Amino acid sequence: MTELAFWVIAIVLVSSALAVVLLRNVFRAALLLIVCFFGVAALYITLNADFLAAAQVLIYAGAIGILLLFAIMLTRDLHSGNPFHRLHLPALVLSLLLLATIIGVVIGTDWTTISEVPQVVEMPLDEPTTSYIAIALFDQDNGFVLPFEIASVLLLAALIGAVVLVRREGKD
Amino acid sequence: MSLGLEHYLILSAILFSIGLYGALAKRNAVVVLMCIEIMLNAVNIAMVAFSRYLVPDVVVLTGHVFAIFIMTVAAAEAAVGLAIIITIYRNRHTVDIEQADLMQG
Repeated sequence: MTELAFWVIAIVLVSSALAVVLLRNVFRAALLLIVCFFGVAALYITLNADFLAAAQVLIYAGAIGILLLFAIMLTRDLHSGNPFHRLHLPALVLSLLLLATIIGVVIGTDWTTISEVPQVVEMPLDEPTTSYIAIALFDQDNGFVLPFEIASVLLLAALIGAVVLVRREGKD
Repeated sequence: MSLGLEHYLILSAILFSIGLYGALAKRNAVVVLMCIEIMLNAVNIAMVAFSRYLVPDVVVLTGHVFAIFIMTVAAAEAAVGLAIIITIYRNRHTVDIEQADLMQG
């Protein structure tokens, strides 16, 4: 069952990501990008990551998708479409080389070895992940409390920066 | 052949390469930003797959925590990036990245 779901999701993901790159209409590309975000959320569900699936739908498909659609409407550059520039062949070669390298490394590595990384928290399979993520984030000894605080400052800086950037001069 | 870590990693690699190609080869700045979002999503898939498959029978959730941080940075990056693109459009009336050459010598 999970296998069938994985293959269906994989086909949807790859085809929608290709459509984002290849479609001429920017607005349709943005809508297919939202399809791609939903596909990633479904993939998280096949990986037992329920909290991340919900966060993916809320943050990516909701917030970032709407933000991109607003940006496309505000820039009103639909008529020029979605062209490639003159260096797209070297870019294609570079991407394919990277893909071949990663696939070679993934297939060539023996993944069955158990890692020696110090583990923050372990949980049994088939349980909701939310409380375990909270333990992993805010653990006293090897949690991520300082990065969490820095992330909140980063979000505040991004908020203020976006407001300052798009504010028109001299109107207020 | 049952589903394993390799399937997720290769799917993640394919998505990352598609995003990289788009980010390098497109001229519309909004589409470049969209392709960067695809790349970040591909990395998140790899993180969560490692988290799920690295140790058999239990889940080590550090990968989930990293994915949450990547999502946070992606949201901040999208907001600031789109604000910059809108500012460029307001000043130069285009979002073509080849036209944004003010600092070219």
